[in-house]
This record gives sequence, structure tokens and C-alpha cells, in this order.
Amino acid sequence: MNELAKALAGRYGAGAWHDQRRDLSSVVVDASKIRDALRWLRDEAGYRHLSFATAVDNIERNAFTLTYALRNHETSHALIVHCDVDRENPAVDSIHRLWGQAWTYQREMKEWFGIDFPGSPRVDEEFVLEGWEGPPMMRRDFNARAYSDETYAERPGRATKDPATHMKERLYPEAAE
Amino acid sequence: MSREKTHVIPPAERAEPDLSSGKYLVMWQGPQHPGITGNMSLKLVAEGDTVVDCETHVGYLHRGFEKLMEDRLWMQNFPLVCRIAVPEPDFNEYCYAAALEELAGVEIPDKAVWLRTLSLEMIRLASFLMWIGGQAGAFGHGTIAQWSVTMRDYVLDLFEELSGGRIYHMYIIPGGVRSDVPKDFFKHVLETMTIIRKNLDDIELVMFHNVVFKMRAQGLGWIPREWVDEYGITGPNARAAGADRDLRKDPGYLAYPRLDFKSITGTRSDAYGRAEVRLAEMYQSIDLIRQIVDRMPKDGPFREKLPNPLYWKIPAGETYVSAECTRGEYGFYVVSDGSDKPRRVTVRGPSYTHAISLMERLARGVNIADVAGLMVSLHTYPPEIER
Repeated sequence: MNELAKALAGRYGAGAWHDQRRDLSSVVVDASKIRDALRWLRDEAGYRHLSFATAVDNIERNAFTLTYALRNHETSHALIVHCDVDRENPAVDSIHRLWGQAWTYQREMKEWFGIDFPGSPRVDEEFVLEGWEGPPMMRRDFNARAYSDETYAERPGRATKDPATHMKERLYPEAAE
Repeated sequence: MSREKTHVIPPAERAEPDLSSGKYLVMWQGPQHPGITGNMSLKLVAEGDTVVDCETHVGYLHRGFEKLMEDRLWMQNFPLVCRIAVPEPDFNEYCYAAALEELAGVEIPDKAVWLRTLSLEMIRLASFLMWIGGQAGAFGHGTIAQWSVTMRDYVLDLFEELSGGRIYHMYIIPGGVRSDVPKDFFKHVLETMTIIRKNLDDIELVMFHNVVFKMRAQGLGWIPREWVDEYGITGPNARAAGADRDLRKDPGYLAYPRLDFKSITGTRSDAYGRAEVRLAEMYQSIDLIRQIVDRMPKDGPFREKLPNPLYWKIPAGETYVSAECTRGEYGFYVVSDGSDKPRRVTVRGPSYTHAISLMERLARGVNIADVAGLMVSLHTYPPEIER
């Protein structure tokens, strides 16, 4: 695998190769070269299968880390390719022409993280959140509880109880008194 | 050098029918429809009774699992993960547990490895039994479902005996499995396998030689071999197209390298061929279950001691653990920042590809009456799309 690490470093300036397991490694590529690197991995290095693509919000360093998981079925090796994009106005090259299912992952990342993929089909359409008007919900600074309290009216009869106190009162009323 | 394949047609470039022309009918199949697998819907555009365009709509089942997991302790997520693919919860349990163990450096006992393999094979068989009923039903063949769902119930009885739960077992937990096997459990497993195998023979006779099933399933939803990589197709859908890929074989996990079996591939890449591959895998599953019962150690520990789950911090790192479920590559990508909660968990379900990109592509040119059969032949579960 180190040949591959060298080739990626030479061609695309890839760094931080890490072997997690015998059959799983990860590597970091610059966001501006991600599409070329993925195309080279697919066409020349045998990583023809895209398992999934997703993003991780690394809010501490103000970046989204995009994660592309590829698999080489000849060598049974999986490779995770990372690239960082800035959290302000994030945009990454679209890979919808490299894999027929990639556009769905990009549409998901647009809706969940607000990462744009210019040119990706239907990227602005709603994916799983119908009629959603809030901020991208998978960002770390999105507080689901606070958003829910602010946005939705409280329904009568749906008060929640603290499980520990409630059980104590119901099961051991004498102890509660 | 541009090596972009020309025959990958992204959905934006499909022929957009002119809906104002009066030639087309727009109809929704789902979210509540007998011909749809779970709560999702297909927006079909039909000309006469032929589908010219299809769009998959998901979101009816979105419960924000991945977001919820970031707010809970590693162990608190356990009752959540099994609910991501309802008919096959054990694959979620295994992938999540194995990812945690890998990041935390926990080794599990050999007996737990075998019991996990047994549990995964049993749920594979149960899930296929449910699928074959749906597939036959989609072509108007309700009897098969009545047989196969009964057989599935027998497998659920075994799960109840093993774990106390029929649908959600939570049997595979970090560190091993939750409990040892009860008395006479293996005897009951072998008896049930004999009953199911006999029933499969009947199903094969009645379904696969039936002229209606043959006429409607043969030629429906043909997947060319080169699409397997282009669309990220896995599991029986890929194997029926001739791609010899089975994660149990290659790279292999749990006790699979110690079992004798071959990856099953097909030659017909249509709905009929995929059904043949799945039927063969059901027989294979029964054989694997028998091998596991025969070869597994009957004594020894079944669980490794873990730190207090309320204070369990997993060292920083990331991993991706995948397993071969009935539909293909199922995996959990887990990122830890060293705290007591996950930084990010992503679930890779095969339905993501099969039900959206592939389904939209295959539905074009299909008769409306065959859309349900095509959908089921791809074997999709919507919850794993939306997570």
C-alpha cells in the first residue's frame, strides 16, 4: 500500500497516510484536487467501488472533513479519502460523473451540512427533510432540543418526567416522602 | 486524460418529459402502497402504461439517528442502532459493536465470534424469507408469503429463545454477546433448519417453475455488469450480474474464514436471476448455520469485561466496519474525538444506492404493473437510507 501512498503524495500532494487495519487505510488530499485524486484512484489504482461519502463537522478547527470511502475488490482493501473545506461557504467539486450514485450523497451533504457541490444534479432539492427551514441539522452547532423548543408549540398532556425521580416516586413512594 | 464513462447518465441529464403535453400521467406509488418496500415513494411518469421517468422520494422515516447518536453516550446508542434496518437489526449491532471494539482495542472471546456469526446468519435467513414472500406477492403469488413468513416466525422463535426479543435482539453488544446459549438451543436450531429447508424446496418448485413468475420476472430490471462499479451495487444484485463479491469471503470477518462456502454468482441479471441467487443463498445460510453449530466451541467465556459504560471514553480515531448483509455492503463509519460520545456515526446501507440511483434508472421503460416486482427484486429497506 505504501506504493499507493507515494503515488498519491507525488501526484496530488496527499499526506497523512494511516493504516487503521490490514484492509483499511485513510489518506488526506487537498480539497482542490479531490476529484482528480478520486478519478485516478478509480481508473488507475483499482478503487472502483464508492462505498459512501459523508462529512464530519470539525467545528474546533472551523472545517468540514469530507470522507469518501472507496474499495478495491481485487485487493480487498478499503481506502478512506479525506479533504477539509472551510466551514464558511463550503463548496467542493462534484463527483457525480465518476459514480452514478454520488449525486445522492452530495444532495444529502448539502441538506445536512450546507456543503455545496456546484453542478451536481438536484443538489438543492429536499432530501429527507421535507419543508425544513432551519439551519443544516447535522452541523455541530445546531442544537436540536433548543430548535425544537423554539419552533414547535408545546402540546398539552405530553409533559416528560425525569425517569429516575418518576420511578422512585412510583415504585418507592414511602422513600420519596 | 478523461476516462469518464459516457453511459453513466446522471439524473439531471435524463429525458425530461413535457408534462403539459397531455401525453403523460404522473402518479405516486407510495408511501402507503402494497407494492412498495417500506415507507418511501416513487413518483412515476407514465406514457400509456409504460414508465418513462421515475423519482425516488425518501424522508417519511427520517428520525435523525445519526444526529441523536452524537448526543448520547457510546452505550446509550445501542438501542438506537438496531432500529436502522428493522428486518435485519443484527448487522447494525455487529458493525457498531465491532467499530467500538476496534477503536477501544477490545478483543472478544472466540465463542462470542461464533455466536455473532450464528446470529448474523439466522437473521440473514429470516430476512430472505420475508423478501421471498414480498417478491412472490408482487407478482400476484400470495401463497408463498404465507409459507415463508411462517418459516421466518420459526427463526424469530429461535431469536426469542436466544435473546428474549423477536425483532430487536440487542444480542451482539460491545465486548461479545449478551448471554450464553440456553439449554437445547442448538437442537432447536437444527430442527428448525430441517423444516425450513423442506419448505424452501416447496417454494422453489412452486415459484421458480411457475410460468407467470417466469414471464414477468425474466428480463425485468436487467443490470449490466459494468453498472456494478458505476452505481456502487453490492450483494445479490451485484452477484446476479456476475460480480463475484462477498464481504464474508473477501476480506472475511468473524468466523466466516473458518467456514466452507463459496460466493454465489448468477448469470441472469434480471429479477428472476436475482431471485435465484437469493434462493441459493438461503440454502447456503442453512448450511452455514449447521456448520457453525457443528464447529463452534460450546464452552468458554462469551463476553469481555468492559469499563463502566457510563464513563466509557473511546480513544480518538476513526474506522469503517462493514459486513455482508442480505442486500450487500452494510457498514458503520464511526469517528471518536476521545470523549464519551461519538463525534460522528454514518451508516452505509446498500438501499441508498439500489433504491435511488439504480431504481430511477431501471424503472424507465417498465410496465406500471411491474414496478412493484422490480422494486422488491432490488431488495431495499428505506430506514437505512434516511438514518
